This record gives sequence, C-alpha cells and structure tokens, in this order.
Amino acid sequence: MSDTAERVKKIVVEHLGVEADKVTESANFIDDLGADSLDTVELVMAFEEEFNVEIPDDAAETIVTVGDAIKFLDKSAAA
Amino acid sequence: MFDLSGRTALVTGATGGIGGAIARALHGQGATVAVSGTRPEALEALASELGERVHVLACNLADKDAVEALVPQAEETFGGSLDILVNNAGVTRDGLLMRMKDADWDDVIAVNLTAAFRLSRAAVKGMMRRRRGRIVSIGSVVGAIGNPGQVNYVSSKAGLTGLTKALAAEVATRGITANLVAPGFIASPMTDSLNETQKGAILGRVPMGRLGEGHEIAAAVVYLASDEAAYVTGQTLHVNGGMAML
Repeated sequence: MSDTAERVKKIVVEHLGVEADKVTESANFIDDLGADSLDTVELVMAFEEEFNVEIPDDAAETIVTVGDAIKFLDKSAAA
Repeated sequence: MFDLSGRTALVTGATGGIGGAIARALHGQGATVAVSGTRPEALEALASELGERVHVLACNLADKDAVEALVPQAEETFGGSLDILVNNAGVTRDGLLMRMKDADWDDVIAVNLTAAFRLSRAAVKGMMRRRRGRIVSIGSVVGAIGNPGQVNYVSSKAGLTGLTKALAAEVATRGITANLVAPGFIASPMTDSLNETQKGAILGRVPMGRLGEGHEIAAAVVYLASDEAAYVTGQTLHVNGGMAML
C-alpha cells in the first residue's frame, strides 16, 4: 500500500469511526461508509491539512470513493 | 444550572456595554474568557477586573486578516479548543438611505455581518471535530421590525438572523447550536447621551417603561451557551421589555 493510501485510510477511519477493513479503495464515502455531506466536507478539509494541498470544490465533488481521494492526492503531490 | 466551568468563550466587542456584561456573565459562570475589541486599554481594564481565566485579544473586525487570525489565536490561548463564540461586536453609521454613502453601508456590513461569518466559519471547524459548540450572535430588535436611518445596521442584524438559522441547520447533527439574542433599547454610553425628549420617545415604545441593562442581555447569552440549551438552535431570543412581541 502506498504511503498516500495509508494516510488517507487513517484519516477516514478516524473521522468516520469505521472499521479499517471496510475502508477499501472502492468504498464510497456516503453509500458504504455512512458519511453525510458534512462528513465529506470534514474529510476534504482533513486531507487538505494532512497533505498540505488545496482541494477546490469542483475537484472535491469528484472524490466519492477512498480510491478517488488517493488518486487525487497522489496526483497533486506529483504536480 | 448554566455551569460553564471548563468551557472557553471568545467575546467580540467586549469593550462595549453589552459585550463587557456578556464577558462578565460567562466568566461568572466559570468559563475561561477571551475578550476582544479595538481598544486594548479598555480590554486590559476588563481583564484585570475579572482576574483569573481571562485573556485579551485585541482585534479590529474591519480588518479581514485580523478576523481570520482571531479564532486560531483564541484556540491557541485556550490550549486547543474554543467552545463558545459570541459575535457581539457591532458598529453604527446612521443616516437616511437617500444620503447614505457606500462606505457607511460597507463598514457596517463588514463588522456586524461579514466578521461574524468569518469567525463562525473558523470556530465551527474545531467545534465539528469536538462535536460540541455554541455560537451566539447579538442581533437587534430593529433587525426584526426595522428602524429609519439604519438600513445598513438593520440589514446587518437581519443578516445575522439568517446566518444563524442556516448555520444552525448545517451543524445541528454535530452538537453545535447557533442562536441569536436580539436586544431592544439597552442602557449604554450611547443612550446616556440622548436628551430627555429622545429618551421619552424611546421609552414610550417599551411596555416595561425602562431601558434594558447589559446583564439582562448577558443572561440570555449564558443560557444559550449552556448545556441546558442543547435543544435550542436557530432561534432568536428577544430581550426587549416587550417592545416587540414576535
């Protein structure tokens, strides 16, 4: 597992209070992990803090699964 | 009841009559209080009057950067968390609409409404994480009933009502409440300077026949800031001697 994936999953587990094994890359924040709209905003803000990046609203809207978040953050780290 | 021991509170406009009373009341219930305002010497005087559990954070709410920094400063001062935000600071630039300058409008909206928005946004971040928080804004009876010569001030206070309701709905599931206290005519240096005719005209509109006192506004803030008010959110609590029954 990449470093990004590990950090993302740690944040998701902490914020949503879900079991670590449920946080797969295909897991949908809302449908699979029980997040509500506030949770998704909190997660985006936590990602921004952890990875020291800014995630604009239109990009945040495309992050619906754990894998989406990892992909976005990997890409922004490479940029 | 209404015990605030161990809680932290930030009060803006704490050098004013109402703001000072709010700081005293929250402090009296056991809260650690950060008092903010534009006059450092007045803040220091208030702080030394209160003694322990008080911090002074001077801030000009017309300055965007200073506003953005205020909540993080308060959180740092408190050692991590801000539990109670009181958006009390307010200014007036009265004049009839036809003669009102853009700057008079902008200044009042910036301090009374935009600063409250920015402070609430900053405060809610930590409150969401801790699943607990109280945001109490000070509105005005004129925000509900209007007042000639104050389109800017009235708009800002009515705006706070809307901000409070929308915010309350957004954060309700996180144990955070947002409410408004709407004072009527309260005794202050401003009302002291009115002449007898002006005072008579004001009191003629108040069934109780007297001005309110700062501590009577502060008591409403204490209630809304307390655990006892956990189920009260998005509300306006009018404290006005009956001058408007809404």
